[in-house]
Amino acid sequence: MSLSASQNRAGLALIAPASILAIIFLIAPLSSILVLAFTDYQLGDRSLRFIGFENFQALIDDPVFWKSLSNTLIYSAVVVPGSMLLGLVSALLIDAGTSLRSFYRTAFFMPVMASLLAMAIVWEFMLHPSFGIVNTTAKALGFASHNWLKDGDIALYVLAVIGIWQSFGFNMVLFMAGLSAIPRDLYDAAELDGTPHAWERFKLITWPLLAPVAVFVAITSAIRSFQVFDTVHALTQGGPNKATEVLLYTIYAEGFEFFRSSHAAAITIVFILLVVSVSLLRFVSLKKNGEGA
Amino acid sequence: MTARSFVSSALRHTALLLIAAFALLPFAVMVSTSIKPADEIFSETLRWWPQKLAVIENYTEAFSAAPLMLYLMNGVVVTAAIFFLQVLVTLPAAYALAKLHFFGRRLAFGFVLFCLLIPYQAIAVPLFILLYYVGLLDSYSALVLPFTISVFGIFLMRQFFMGVPDDLVDAARMDGMSELSIVWRVMLPAAIPALTAFGVFSIVTHWNDYFWPLVAVSSDKYFTPPLGVMAFRNAEAGNDFGPLMAAATIIVAPLLCLFLLAQRRFIEGIAFTGIK
Repeated sequence: MSLSASQNRAGLALIAPASILAIIFLIAPLSSILVLAFTDYQLGDRSLRFIGFENFQALIDDPVFWKSLSNTLIYSAVVVPGSMLLGLVSALLIDAGTSLRSFYRTAFFMPVMASLLAMAIVWEFMLHPSFGIVNTTAKALGFASHNWLKDGDIALYVLAVIGIWQSFGFNMVLFMAGLSAIPRDLYDAAELDGTPHAWERFKLITWPLLAPVAVFVAITSAIRSFQVFDTVHALTQGGPNKATEVLLYTIYAEGFEFFRSSHAAAITIVFILLVVSVSLLRFVSLKKNGEGA
Repeated sequence: MTARSFVSSALRHTALLLIAAFALLPFAVMVSTSIKPADEIFSETLRWWPQKLAVIENYTEAFSAAPLMLYLMNGVVVTAAIFFLQVLVTLPAAYALAKLHFFGRRLAFGFVLFCLLIPYQAIAVPLFILLYYVGLLDSYSALVLPFTISVFGIFLMRQFFMGVPDDLVDAARMDGMSELSIVWRVMLPAAIPALTAFGVFSIVTHWNDYFWPLVAVSSDKYFTPPLGVMAFRNAEAGNDFGPLMAAATIIVAPLLCLFLLAQRRFIEGIAFTGIK
């Protein structure tokens, strides 16, 4: 038997367990999402009927869906720049000196490690209208207190702050990895050339060399922020009055509370399109960088 | 130290300490509240260290009001089972994709890349229907089975195996090793750094996951730690803050302690898996 024939057999045998599991737990579910979205199936039904684009037509006519989609985008539009900026500033500041580096790095990374659900409950307590630390501090400093999670005008932004709190440490680590790849002598050269200001050096050297990392961080942050769920489910249930309704929460409610599986499948398709199109931006940006070089 | 470098160092620390206060505030509030008696929690004056300690009261109350030990054990069992099965399935597949020439290899790898784009929440509805029909909802299997296949793990390990020299594999073949024993006796030992990174990623993800356990199980004997805290809060109607914060502390502590003990490894692991 030739080497290639035996390699072929071994290769197929070694990927067999992974392939079987992938068929059951990835390919079949993914294809059934595509099928379900065009049917009237509800969990427990004995039969289903194809109804074309009716589920999508229903989505277009459903104000809750539009609210959910726009809330998800607003949430991301706050969390992505917020957690990137805080992550970048943290990385630059830690990198600028030698003392207490690992203390700061550890402190900033703790929110990434801790169960977001448990910490959401702590945030809820901190935001308690009458004796939460946020309002008591605000009052002591002469600011107005708010019912943070029950006020429809601000609840989504409060959740976004929790989102920034939870994820900026992750971005910091990615930026620090990017910074460590920038050769030190570039900075020395800039100093010799008479670029003494930190800001000038940042504009001239750090930012251009960090740009690919920043693109990657932006895309990862966006995809993670589209998946916001734990804080919404624990703290607001999409309320008050749908002010914090987000895509994953709508999918959860439709699919697992009302068991309208086909309707949930249609929203899921929108969710997948959103995530995949942002992921594909990465390839576009890679290609552009490749052409520029 | 010159005056200018002193000033810039002071500014650096001021800014970093402010950010650290933001990052650590919830942890401080959580631990501080968990050792306070009720009357001090509801008082208007902020005190980090209570006048009268209520550690024993709050923590006993937390352990007796909900089976927290069971939730923690469930967390350990579920995350360990997931990671063990992931390694068992992932390493042979990653080795085959990296080092063996077989029919359909490009297609299989393309499939891995495609699936990397899809968050698992997107297939939760059909997975739920599948488990419903085979009667596996509300069981340990429901918590573990969907995650036995990790395309991310396959991708990560495949990239690492690409860097392992072919000579190592050829030498093992010369010695008469089967391909499967090459996976476990040659590749596994070489891949410890990548496997550690994958382990950190897998354990942190599944210990903290809330969405899938929420969907998959309903009896509290299967609750994982995040479901446990949530059940505790709902049962206590959210007013008994001392024991509630004690419960949150107990649920968050194991992973945070591990992290503080091996923080370098954790941060590098997450950065490694994040950058891919």
